[in-house]
Amino acid sequence: MTMIFGVPMAVFMGQLTLGLVNGAFYALLSLGLAVIFGLLKIVNFAHGAQYMLGAFAALLAFNYLGINYWLALVLVPLTVGGLSMLIERFLLRRIAHLDHLYGLLLTFGLALIFEGTLINFFGVSGARYATPEILQGGLNLGFMFLPTYRAWVLVAALAMCLFTWFMIERTRLGAYLRAGTENSQLMQAFGVNVPLLITLTYGFGVGLAAFAGVLAAPLYPVSPTMGSSLLIVVFAVVVIGGMGSILGAILTGLGMGVIEGLTKVYYPEAANTVIFLVMILVLMLRPAGLFGKEA
Amino acid sequence: MISESGEATRQTSEASSATRARDILKITDLHAFYGESHILHGVNMNVKEGELVTLLGRNGAGRSTTLKAIMNMVGRRSGSIVIGGKETLGMKPHHVPRLGVGYCPEERGIFASLDVHENLLLPPTVSSGGMSLDAIYAMFPNLHERRKSQGTRLSGGEQQMLAMARILRTGARILLLDEITEGLAPVIVQKLGEVLVKLKASGMTIVLVEQNFRFAAPLADRHFVMEHGEIIEEISALELAGRRQHLHSLLGV
Ligand SMILES: Nc1ncnc2c1ncn2[C@@H]1O[C@H](COP(=O)(O)OP(=O)(O)OP(=O)(O)O)[C@@H](O)[C@H]1O
Ligand SMILES: [Mg+2]
Repeated sequence: MTMIFGVPMAVFMGQLTLGLVNGAFYALLSLGLAVIFGLLKIVNFAHGAQYMLGAFAALLAFNYLGINYWLALVLVPLTVGGLSMLIERFLLRRIAHLDHLYGLLLTFGLALIFEGTLINFFGVSGARYATPEILQGGLNLGFMFLPTYRAWVLVAALAMCLFTWFMIERTRLGAYLRAGTENSQLMQAFGVNVPLLITLTYGFGVGLAAFAGVLAAPLYPVSPTMGSSLLIVVFAVVVIGGMGSILGAILTGLGMGVIEGLTKVYYPEAANTVIFLVMILVLMLRPAGLFGKEA
Repeated sequence: MISESGEATRQTSEASSATRARDILKITDLHAFYGESHILHGVNMNVKEGELVTLLGRNGAGRSTTLKAIMNMVGRRSGSIVIGGKETLGMKPHHVPRLGVGYCPEERGIFASLDVHENLLLPPTVSSGGMSLDAIYAMFPNLHERRKSQGTRLSGGEQQMLAMARILRTGARILLLDEITEGLAPVIVQKLGEVLVKLKASGMTIVLVEQNFRFAAPLADRHFVMEHGEIIEEISALELAGRRQHLHSLLGV
């Protein structure tokens, strides 16, 4: 059997895939956080809960409305993103002129409300969401067994990341977003409806989280707390990558997933902490993050 | 005095005979605040369609604040700012430019995350009849050469050209230009002077905030002198020759 640094090839590749899949989730989530932070200047502490809402919405939509996975993949991000625009419009906008810390506190409070409400009705034990039939099983690649659903998650998440990159870096609306991130007051003076842009941006960032949530539903138990632990890791990923670069957020997310996966192979005890160790290292050597602009 | 939320009124005291063109911009008893600081103390000025006027004054007189107040970029305002017959004091900031107002800020405001071309295309069109991209690039060939560069990689002069150029595309007919010659080499200042002459010839209305009086003097129809947040003098181009000494003493040059 082929060995890589003393580990069987199949095990190595398996963990690598797992790492990439986790990394894809980190990328999607940190991307949304970064987009929201750029324009609204608030750290969206509800991001993990909104990811959880995505997964939960998919589950409930399937159980009660018979909405299948593929439809959920489209409808859930639109719904959760759309509802979050109301949050922006009626809550965040009211405190936008205050210190950004208030935005953080408010979104943190919202996260607790979302989680608490769902725990109240569904408890903390997770529910299963069935993998759609054509994505069940796996492919035998010879050197490894690749579960089809994980491969799909990787493809879908990366496609969404690229779509986001394209929207932000290559379209007119994206130029508004980038410019608004730098100087929103001047954008208003050009006639751009910045408050509307802010609402749309928040909805889009949250929509990305909800999309990740739907992708995650067949992989992990769907429970009200599934987002909170993930969010802590994602914050670390954002710190490592630094704000302000879309590709940076994507690459850092994937990279950290891989590092975490490989640590699981060679030194499993550190697998849960390795990202935080990298974070400390980056903070010491390059405080603005790997892709951040040094002030 | 009308407060920010107050009702729109038309100024109709314009019956005075000699004025053929109408006031496209009329500011009456404008007060403006940044937080608690009261910066403008009752500014009165009017600009006719097609006119080029300057706002002169010492540092801190409130010239930039006047332009920002027109764009609704300051804190609180009171008084009246009528643009093209519409009271703008109750308007949202992004509605003011849609009346055909283009604003070029003192700090230029070129975006680092956009390349030159994107910077140029950024401000939305506010009305038809703006310059075409080709015409703009013909007017500013440097920008065409550097259209793929990051906006803030341009030289100061090029950034100033870009800041001007991007509001010419939008179809704005009233330009508010804040210290466009500041810190630029004489050749570029001269180039900007030529651009202003062309714009004026095409019927644009221009409000020019300037320190460089020698630049502004030959271009302007009228000069407004500000001090402590008020207009203290209005001097027409015709009166200028006789009142140069007086003006210099006001500006402290
Ligand atoms: N954002 C702000 N907050 C508080 N005060 C301000 C602000 N911007 C300007 N001021 C104050 O308002 C006054 C007028 O400033 P303004 O920028 O309008 O001056 P100016 O005539 O354009 O002069 P210059 O550009 O040469 O400095 C100054 O006393 C300045 O300190
Ligand atoms: Mg100024």
